[in-house]
Amino acid sequence: MTSELDIFVGNTTLIDEDVYRLWLDGYSVTDAVALRVRSGILEQTGATAAVLQSDTMDHYRTFHMLERLLHAPPKLLHQLIFQIPPSRQALLIERYYAFDEAFVREVLGKKLSKGTKKDLDDISTKTGITLKSCRRQFDNFKRVFKVVEEMRGSLVDNIQQHFLLSDRLARDYAAIVFFANNRFETGKKKLQYLSFGDFAFCAELMIQNWTLGADLKELKVLVADKDLLDLHKSLVCTALRGKLGVFSEMEANFKNLSRGLVNVAAKLTHNKDVRDLFVDLVEKFVEPCRSDHWPLSDVRFFLNQYSASVHSLDGFRHQALWDRYMGTLRGCLLRLYHD
Amino acid sequence: MPGKLKVKIVAGRHLPVMDRASDLTDAFVEVKFGNTTFKTDVYLKSLNPQWNSEWFKFEVDDEDLQDEPLQITVLDHDTYSANDAIGKVYIDIDPLLYSEAATVISGWFPIYDTIHGIRGEINVVVKVDLFNDLNRFRQSSCGVKFFCTTSIPKCYRAVIIHGFVEELVVNEDPEYQWIDRIRTPRASNEARQRLISLMSGELQRKIGLKVLEMRGNAVVGYLQCFDLEGESGLVVRAIGTACTLDKLSSPAAFLPACNSPSKEMKEIPFNEDPNPNTHSSGPSTPLKNQTYSFSPSKSYSRQSSSSDTDLSLTPKTAPYPQGPRIYLCPSSPSLSCGSLHLKKSCLLLSESSLTPHHSSLVSPVLRKSVSFSEELFLAASGMGSGSAGKEGGPFKALLRQQTQSALEQREFPFFTLTAFPPGFLVHVGGVVSARSVKLLDRIHNPDEPETRDAWWAEIRQEIKSHAKALGCHAVVGYSESTSICEEVCILSASGTAAVLNPRFLQDGTVEGCLEQRLEENLPTRCGFCHIPYDELNMPFPAHLTYCYNCRKQKVPDVLFTTIDLPTDATVIGKGCLIQARLCRLKKKAQAEANATAISNLLPFMEYEVHTQLMNKLKLKGMNALFGLRIQITVGENMLMGLASATGVYLAALPTPGGIQIAGKTPNDGSYEQHISHMQKKINDTIAKNKELYEINPPEISEEIIGSPIPEPRQRSRLLRSQSESSDEVTELDLSHGKKDAFVLEIDDTDAMEDVHSLLTDVPPPSGFYSCNTEIMPGINNWTSEIQMFTSVRVIRLSSLNLTNQALNKNFNDLCENLLKSLYFKLRSMIPCCLCHVNFTVSLPEDELIQVTVTAVAITFDKNQALQTTKTPVEKSLQRASTDNEELLQFPLELCSDSLPSHPFPPAKAMTVEKASPVGDGNFRNRSAPPCANSTVGVVKMTPLSFIPGAKITKYLGIINMFFIRETTSLREEGGVSGFLHAFIAEVFAMVRAHVAALGGNAVVSYIMKQCVFMENPNKNQAQCLINVSGDAVVFVRESDLEVVSSQQPTTNCQSSCTEGEVTT
Repeated sequence: MTSELDIFVGNTTLIDEDVYRLWLDGYSVTDAVALRVRSGILEQTGATAAVLQSDTMDHYRTFHMLERLLHAPPKLLHQLIFQIPPSRQALLIERYYAFDEAFVREVLGKKLSKGTKKDLDDISTKTGITLKSCRRQFDNFKRVFKVVEEMRGSLVDNIQQHFLLSDRLARDYAAIVFFANNRFETGKKKLQYLSFGDFAFCAELMIQNWTLGADLKELKVLVADKDLLDLHKSLVCTALRGKLGVFSEMEANFKNLSRGLVNVAAKLTHNKDVRDLFVDLVEKFVEPCRSDHWPLSDVRFFLNQYSASVHSLDGFRHQALWDRYMGTLRGCLLRLYHD
Repeated sequence: MPGKLKVKIVAGRHLPVMDRASDLTDAFVEVKFGNTTFKTDVYLKSLNPQWNSEWFKFEVDDEDLQDEPLQITVLDHDTYSANDAIGKVYIDIDPLLYSEAATVISGWFPIYDTIHGIRGEINVVVKVDLFNDLNRFRQSSCGVKFFCTTSIPKCYRAVIIHGFVEELVVNEDPEYQWIDRIRTPRASNEARQRLISLMSGELQRKIGLKVLEMRGNAVVGYLQCFDLEGESGLVVRAIGTACTLDKLSSPAAFLPACNSPSKEMKEIPFNEDPNPNTHSSGPSTPLKNQTYSFSPSKSYSRQSSSSDTDLSLTPKTAPYPQGPRIYLCPSSPSLSCGSLHLKKSCLLLSESSLTPHHSSLVSPVLRKSVSFSEELFLAASGMGSGSAGKEGGPFKALLRQQTQSALEQREFPFFTLTAFPPGFLVHVGGVVSARSVKLLDRIHNPDEPETRDAWWAEIRQEIKSHAKALGCHAVVGYSESTSICEEVCILSASGTAAVLNPRFLQDGTVEGCLEQRLEENLPTRCGFCHIPYDELNMPFPAHLTYCYNCRKQKVPDVLFTTIDLPTDATVIGKGCLIQARLCRLKKKAQAEANATAISNLLPFMEYEVHTQLMNKLKLKGMNALFGLRIQITVGENMLMGLASATGVYLAALPTPGGIQIAGKTPNDGSYEQHISHMQKKINDTIAKNKELYEINPPEISEEIIGSPIPEPRQRSRLLRSQSESSDEVTELDLSHGKKDAFVLEIDDTDAMEDVHSLLTDVPPPSGFYSCNTEIMPGINNWTSEIQMFTSVRVIRLSSLNLTNQALNKNFNDLCENLLKSLYFKLRSMIPCCLCHVNFTVSLPEDELIQVTVTAVAITFDKNQALQTTKTPVEKSLQRASTDNEELLQFPLELCSDSLPSHPFPPAKAMTVEKASPVGDGNFRNRSAPPCANSTVGVVKMTPLSFIPGAKITKYLGIINMFFIRETTSLREEGGVSGFLHAFIAEVFAMVRAHVAALGGNAVVSYIMKQCVFMENPNKNQAQCLINVSGDAVVFVRESDLEVVSSQQPTTNCQSSCTEGEVTT
């Protein structure tokens, strides 16, 4: 006796959150059944393995049918085929677009292309996330990217409107899109210590405060003009003397650090160099400070003072530009400065 | 030309991409009604076209309005080749044809294609202007309301229940026409869908005509079915109960009217419809006619004018009421004078009778070629004598009957209702059923469906004579069904023989009879259990005791019925779903030989089904079955029997005896031991079940009862027949020979299997209950969460060495596993009850068994259970339902909430009802537009006639939809499961969309009448046909009613809708 056909259709579509999770995680029906058995559900409910198998298949089939709609969440809201309460709809969408930290770190800043998709095998092996789940996550990134790529207006708003994601998730996607668009390098070994959250934080600051095309080259005078550089250094040192645990290290390194920070600005004008932003920030600032064991509070003191002292440089005329640049950069650096 | 149909095509959305190059679609719409077609402009390059068309107007006569569906086709314009069809929407405009239902159909409809399924949606507005000046309709029956609900719909009151109406229409099945070989599957499917839609409309119109003829204005318990007879054609048939209904919407109508019903009646036209519709001419006719009903005898005589038989029908003289229009008159004079409790034979038990020695019943197939142009093969088990058959006598007789008067057919005192107002049902006898095996032949002339008519007439005649033989004058809970395999067809009918109280129904209309009735019979809670037949002259041996409730009348020890548990019945503990399942192998055979084989098997199956039911009932410690439905399905090489019912412990009936096991070889020691082991297991199971279902009947001392406590024994009797031998009732003794006790004899392995299978039925997990009736006895505190579902399973049997035992086990496992899966899936709803569990079995192919289940899971509140028990004294004697009773009863009882749950005399009920219009006034918001939301509103679906925690405020019309889905890419669509899952989801969606467009927010009395699934995996193909129906309604949450009772009805409704969205 074999079951040829076995279905359950509710007027209200039944969604089992646990099974949905297993499905999103890319487990096959067999694996999902095994995992459910392990969770002790049979004992709790007195069900048999056959019942569990049938139930799992059924949910998988439902999810499979819903997947097409999840690709365009507004469709899920307006479609007539599945009657799903709004709270459940939101849950389905949110979970579908959720992603794994480990996965996103692998593809963040990469071109969302077929080439990258081919690497998903390796990513799957490396992260232990099933290939199926990797594909879903990758396709989600790509889909969101494609939809909002050419749109005007706020990135987060656009994402929210077209994908109905929660504010938090929409912000994350904005970061992913921003990174993919600028192709920031995030995979280098020295960047491994950074989490997606770190990058997303920086992305948000940058999206909010930076616009393309600003003439950041103008800032270069701060390090190119030796007088200006010396004056800047003395202003900072005067202000921080006695207040910084690592004062001498700071004093010794000031010019290197300042050159690093200002050169990053200059590089931002060249699209090709933009990609190295985070590498540069870590190499030119985070690492030197860390090797001198700067505490975070000292970094904060320093950056504040470093940024503010420019206002006292009479010869420098790009105060507003500087503030906008350093405001964001300071936020990013403070976030990036950890072990 | 009495009507103008207006259609506006507003917009489309989510259309499929039809042009690969642009990824867009150039869509336009064709709107067709009858032979007229309009087109919209082409909306270029969009998947969300905004046509905003003008109003397309069709001027049509109302006959067409009733028969024809509105057909909307969405196409993709193609300059260089033929336009591609995207899909269609069929809209049944019938709900617009009577005034109390919908006034406009407006909303998003899924665009459906039989090959691709749903492809986007279209927004359509439909209106009808009926011209009011025509008040006599010859061919149309606009204005007659149809309800699938098998009780008097909530917001109505029954003025008269006229009786049985039936009709059938036949046609050739387009799928089997020659042209089908050259047309596409899509064209073929669409031809079929359209034809069935037309036939349904025609059928409904014809039934409506009959209702008008009977002076009714509505059909309740309307059940329409399709018989796909393959080569021999397509039959659409329907049965229902004609009624005259009053809307309970106007408090004024009830106020002082109690003393002068006629006044009340006259007021109705005014009170009833505050915003009268211009197209309400239909109902006006029946309303006027209500005056007739004040004097029943008058109306009889009118009706009888066309039929000679009617002369004998006046209540006082007729031995049996034959006219359905006569609702229930007592079958004999003595009865009518009030000694209701005394007579009447009744049928108790569902029996299947059958002892093999009666094999004479199962006589050889009769073959006959009948003179009137059809060759007809009849397999009739009861027609042993055969001589009559050879001459075609019975057929001629039937034909004569038929042609003599169309009335003849209606003269069956049958009621498709399953729930009644208190006091209506005087006594219930038991189940009567009849089956007949027929060979199908091509229907030569669709305009003359005599053959099918005659077949059903025979069966009904038999049912009637069974009831008659048992002394009951009516059959309630009546239904008919067929099972077809190739050219063999089993026709089945069953119902519950009963004695009804005619006066009760006349109450509202007959002046002066109020007091009289009062004295005459106060219906008691146990009254319906009392035997209606003469104790000294019983038609069969039965074990009787004095009623455990009133101690005055006799009751049988077991009661089987096809109806719902009467709401005033006293039940101990909770009820449960009981099923008997059975398979029998049969040799493959052709034509007559096949029919003979089937006829021979049928009695055995009925017998075994009955025995299983009886055993399982005893095992549960219960003594009555309600909602019994026995389905016999025929396949190529086997017969399947599936009986479902809800077991309860009726307080009025004696405690059931246990089950004794006896061995045949008493000398074998180990065998003895085994037997005693089994016996112990059985006893344990009974004890466990009693605890599980809380069956603790109060101890009653013998003296009070006045007769010995019944020993455990069972005598059952079957009134069953499978032939057209109406004069000769085939009674089979089910009492297991001479044995007194209910003993299971284990004399071979078969019997052992039987006992084992008895014990394998696993009770539902804790927190779950199940029943196949409307309400679960013993649970009365429903909360509002409901989940209707359909589950389908198909298993493939390994064809090797199939034995009956193996088959039985497979089938049993299939059903049990299905139930287990349901319990598991719905576990988040615990505590919950599966209500109206409806199993259907079909045998699509040799080795395939398909089981389809539709039911609704309803949550209830465990903690409030005691609070809501209104009479704590009677905690153990809960009424079947307190909370929902008004939903299940006649609206007479709408205010019964305010009454204690004691049995009340009908007169009292009447008074209260009339005196409390205030309570009802709040929710008459018929004109309030229900959720006119732009987003997708929630539409609840339920097979029940009510929605827990809500009041139904308006019936919008029936939903009756037929869909075909076919695929040639089965694997790509997820195999058979993916294909059917998607299709059923689509069917639900289309039902919901139609309800929402009518302005409703729920479908009640929903039923999936057919789900025919065929696959051909080798060709990667599958096809499925689904037929569903139900009543579209507007409901308002009771909680909202309280809160906003002083507010405008409009806000009232809206708030309910928004709330509904969250809760479903």
